[in-house]
Amino acid sequence: MVTPQRPLSPHLSVYRFQWTMALSILHRLTGLGLGAGLVLLTWWLAAAATGPDAFASVRAFTGSIPGRFVVLGFTFSLFYHLCNGIRHLAWDFGFGYSLRTAHASGWISLMAAIALTLLAWMAGYAARGAL
Amino acid sequence: MVALTLPKNSKVHRGRTHKAAAGTAHVRRFRVYRWDPEAGGNPSLDTFEVDLAACGPMVLDALNKIKDEIDATLTFRRSCREGVCGSCSMNIDGTNTLACVKPIEDIGGDVTIYPLPHLAVIKDLVSDLTPFFAQYASIQPWLSADSAPPPAKERRQSPDDRARLDGLWECILCACCSTACPSYWWNSERFLGPATLLQAYRWIVDSRDEHTGDRLDYLEDPFRLYRCHTIMNCTSTCPKGLNPAKAIGAIKKLMVERRG
Repeated sequence: MVTPQRPLSPHLSVYRFQWTMALSILHRLTGLGLGAGLVLLTWWLAAAATGPDAFASVRAFTGSIPGRFVVLGFTFSLFYHLCNGIRHLAWDFGFGYSLRTAHASGWISLMAAIALTLLAWMAGYAARGAL
Repeated sequence: MVALTLPKNSKVHRGRTHKAAAGTAHVRRFRVYRWDPEAGGNPSLDTFEVDLAACGPMVLDALNKIKDEIDATLTFRRSCREGVCGSCSMNIDGTNTLACVKPIEDIGGDVTIYPLPHLAVIKDLVSDLTPFFAQYASIQPWLSADSAPPPAKERRQSPDDRARLDGLWECILCACCSTACPSYWWNSERFLGPATLLQAYRWIVDSRDEHTGDRLDYLEDPFRLYRCHTIMNCTSTCPKGLNPAKAIGAIKKLMVERRG
């Protein structure tokens, strides 16, 4: 008898989502977000160096509603990756491995990232006199 | 390699339903992964209705009852039935644990049981742990010393040095942690995974072992050790309450410290 090829047991599709696992995925996604955001930042800087017309076209994009969401995503990526990076730094020093602490530090880094993002945007609108 | 979905031959189909006798009061549905190498084809999820009034408290009791009374072909590993041997590790209600110490009453609704995730299935809930144990063997899990032991005595260890092995020696190699780790799912050919790394640390911190440097040399590798991203599924799921993530963190710290 020929043994048929063995199946692979289910993994991601059946594993119950864990809080620390979700934050780890978010860390990876915001890392990708930072990469994409740098392209945007480079475009903005290059346009500023090119001239008023080029700069105006970037402003038209970042000022539009979808553009603002892209910039919002970039800002959140920056702050979450920063806050969670500090969490990773603590782990590298040997702290914070108990489940309780790891869950709590996850909440703290997520909430801090959201708060910093809101503050940065409020500061931005305030600087323009829109608040 | 990251592959988020299952290969075509591994997709789980709807299986058979074994209904309880009419009028049974305390029925609980157990949905169990089945694959028979002799029948071939795709795996399926069979449903067994079990009378909890005539069943022991643990998930393993229900599996034994199913095998004894409903379908004798149901295949799973078990031995000690008290959380010591590590044979009955499987994915129950979404996380990996030992069926013998998982109370049925802790689970709300249907009880869903899969084999340990992301392994080749041999039959039903029995998965192939050969690569897992080969990785374990690769870290040389035994006391290694060049100096001669004291004549007619074991090598001595102070109570403090012995205490450093607590939280490590209790590991029963059930593979719950390694197969809960997404990094291990995607890179199990090269990443050693939490269980093997916790065991590696157990020998690294043993005061009687004289090959700490060689042990660290073996782990100093982008994949063997450093695919751990502190996701912590290992620690969340360990049925013995151990902390592999912490042990791996300690190895990473030793790697930095020995560079001086």
